[in-house]
Amino acid sequence: MNIKKTYRDAWNTGWTAGIVALSISALGLAELFAKRNIVSGVITMGQVMVFIVPIVMAYNFTKNLSMEQRKTGPLFGAVIGATTAIPLVLLIIASTLFNIRDIFVNVSPSLIELLTFGQENAYLGGLLLLVSMALLSYLSAYTHQLPEKIKRSLFTGLITILLVGMFSEILTERIRSIFGAIFGSSVGSAIVRFLFKSKAIQSIPAIVVFAIATYVGYRKIPKTEEEKNKSKRAFIVDGKVQWKTVIPLAVLLLILPLLLGTYLSEVTNNVGIYILMGLGLNIVVGFAGLLDLGYVAFFAIGAYTMAVLTSTGPLGLFGMSFWLALPICVIVAALAGVMLGIPVLRMRGDYLAIVTLGFGEIISRLAISDMLKPYVGGAQGILQIPKPSIGSLVFTKPEVLYYVVLAGVLLALFVSWRLRDSRLGRQWMAMREDEDVAEAMGINLMKTKILAFSIGAAFSGLAGAIFASKLTSIFPHSFNVLISINVLSLIIVGGIGSLPGVIVGAAVLIGLPELLREFAEYRLLMYGLLLIVMMLAKPEGFVPSEVHKRELHATDEDFVAEAGD
Amino acid sequence: MTRSKDFDFVGLFLWVFRAVILILIVWGTYATIADNPYETRTWVDFIIFGLAQGSMYALIAIGYTLVYGVLFMINFAHGEFFMAGILTTTVVITTPLSESGFLNEQPILSLLIIAISSMAVSIFISVLTERIAYRPLRKAPRLVPLITAIGASYFWQNYFRGLFGSGIKPIPQIEILDGTIPLDFLGTTMLKSHVLVIVTTIVMLIALNFFIMKTKTGKAIRAVAEDKDVANLMGINVDQTISITFATGAAMAGIAGVLYSLVFRQVHFFMGFIPGIKAFTAAVLGGIGSLPGAAVGGLLLGMFESVGPSLFLRGLGIPAFNQLKDVIAFTMLVMVLIFRPQGIVGEVLSEKKA
Repeated sequence: MNIKKTYRDAWNTGWTAGIVALSISALGLAELFAKRNIVSGVITMGQVMVFIVPIVMAYNFTKNLSMEQRKTGPLFGAVIGATTAIPLVLLIIASTLFNIRDIFVNVSPSLIELLTFGQENAYLGGLLLLVSMALLSYLSAYTHQLPEKIKRSLFTGLITILLVGMFSEILTERIRSIFGAIFGSSVGSAIVRFLFKSKAIQSIPAIVVFAIATYVGYRKIPKTEEEKNKSKRAFIVDGKVQWKTVIPLAVLLLILPLLLGTYLSEVTNNVGIYILMGLGLNIVVGFAGLLDLGYVAFFAIGAYTMAVLTSTGPLGLFGMSFWLALPICVIVAALAGVMLGIPVLRMRGDYLAIVTLGFGEIISRLAISDMLKPYVGGAQGILQIPKPSIGSLVFTKPEVLYYVVLAGVLLALFVSWRLRDSRLGRQWMAMREDEDVAEAMGINLMKTKILAFSIGAAFSGLAGAIFASKLTSIFPHSFNVLISINVLSLIIVGGIGSLPGVIVGAAVLIGLPELLREFAEYRLLMYGLLLIVMMLAKPEGFVPSEVHKRELHATDEDFVAEAGD
Repeated sequence: MTRSKDFDFVGLFLWVFRAVILILIVWGTYATIADNPYETRTWVDFIIFGLAQGSMYALIAIGYTLVYGVLFMINFAHGEFFMAGILTTTVVITTPLSESGFLNEQPILSLLIIAISSMAVSIFISVLTERIAYRPLRKAPRLVPLITAIGASYFWQNYFRGLFGSGIKPIPQIEILDGTIPLDFLGTTMLKSHVLVIVTTIVMLIALNFFIMKTKTGKAIRAVAEDKDVANLMGINVDQTISITFATGAAMAGIAGVLYSLVFRQVHFFMGFIPGIKAFTAAVLGGIGSLPGAAVGGLLLGMFESVGPSLFLRGLGIPAFNQLKDVIAFTMLVMVLIFRPQGIVGEVLSEKKA
């Protein structure tokens, strides 16, 4: 009876997994990533993306089973795997019967080839898919019966291979240049040729890497919860700066561009600009609890101010230097923040979000329109913005520009961090929790809100100014509502109100898609999904701020205990 | 309620804001009328176009208003239900119907098939969205479902983009909708597709009114909007009723999608977002939570948008004033939300709703 119900659950889980796998295929994700090999000639990332769905589902499903049911767990896993394959098999068959591509543009022959393992006969290919999915899910469910230690080491090995394979393009380039610099370029190339082939790791090195990673995973003793807390590095403990952690980090940050090279430095700079914006929005949304969807407006204002002040083209007014213009951009953006803040003072929650969205759209429409064309260039934007320079040193290369971004980020981090623990920061948080109570406690809501808006805007203005002079030309199309959504997503994924969260969020949401460039098209799909999943599963984010974590996971008993102390 | 002296400063700022907008409008209108650039016929055409456009906004706005009435939440993803209608129409009309020639042999039947399939897809994704992204968070702080709604909006947008591609797709002309009909008493003509839009909207609104006011399910929706707990005690399945509310709104949005694609005949996946926000403006303009309000708000917004650029902005001497159509809509959104969040029809919101 009970077993029957479990089978039914497995069947339902399998259908869910099937729909997800079907979506991944029909949206073109699988095919797109099929070009990226993980292990050269053996596995592509497209296959991984399709097969990972039933594997993870089967793993999770058996994990939640009772001990006695786990014995038959692998069978449930196989059921899930087989069920997952059903929608895909139907897709394969449908593609042979009529021209499905007329409707679903991404169901291409190469997708079908991927799903059928290149079999000519669709039915045979479908069967192969079904069997292999069932088998892999069976194995994945079976891992629960392995000793904990072996299971862990296997995972370490698999994940390492996956990461190495995924980023082999970057790794190739880095290994070549770093080893090349040390041992000469022929040695660098030789190493690369041994390890990688057509932008993926070769089979034999893959096995070696897997073996090493597995062994390392096997030997590593997992930390207990207490040790984890202890090893968490804090820069400041009891008011004392921990030089032991600060100095290595500072050195690393200083030499980072040398390690990264041009392309990765460029990516880092983009991440840095988003960190700046994220820190600003974090003040508005995270600290003060005001959901601002028109945040891109300040970014645009910062960028346009920089452009107008410094450009050497026809639209530039003063031909100022970058350093002189920078504070002006920040001040203009902050003033814009005040101007936006005043009309929306009395609004709360969702209405505030929509009004700010409206303001953002108005500004972006005005920037494109012919009305302001004589001042901001309309759709053609503003060109010939000089890069920052000191004396004769022009910050042209991303490796050098990195230091400008770094300085901005460090400054913003410092300001955010000091503000968070200041009187103003506490006022913001009080306001976030309950406006009426905060007001009753004597907090001047108007001042507090306007300060949140203007400081948040100032950060974004700084980001915009650096952005403008980094690109040397700006166009109104780069300032659309999607940027606001990107920034919102990254602070939510990182953890609302958490400063390290902003950095992690920006690195994951902005940095990762730049490394997996095929991904760019699907970025917003993932962001949308992430926003939903985060709110459902982990509303405090991956690197939660302490206050938020306590709030969201506190039970009544905790409060009683705290009150009793 | 008496507040501190800061209140006056903000009040003053808002008054200046209001006055500037008002002066701009009056000045622009005066200058345009004095200049008299168009014949009466052109103005009538603007108004007809505005009515057609406004009807679509009204249909979309219904969804915002229904959901807000029941859950007090802005369903940010509602624009995507509209977009789902648009893209389904495109797919159904081009691939099976137009290619086989069935479209022009049996136009009425074809339109029915298109309408039903678009509504079905819109309803399906709206119910799915509600089930996954909103229902588990009903007790969460109010910003949380708003954030998932934003997430759902971007998710569906890009999901449909992935399914059907990102290009702009043309829609074949249906022969019976080609051309115009004369309106002699106004001295102008009207596009047949606009007639279809206005007639369909009126029919849908009457049907909706019947559904909400006269059927048992409609009564359940009203009861849930009034008080969920009491409704539950009265034996109403609240979860199911909320799903039905979402489905009703999505059906209207689906129909609006069909009409939109038949009128504009060029579609792509990003088309739901801006009309969605505008329809939200319409819903607030008419007083969110009120069904007649949504209809009135939609029509008003449509008219403003179509007459506005030529009437206010032309007089101000703004070049290429038609580019600023959206600015008018968004300014209205901002103004209404700041100055009159209860809407012009004026259902005063209770403390809980505001």
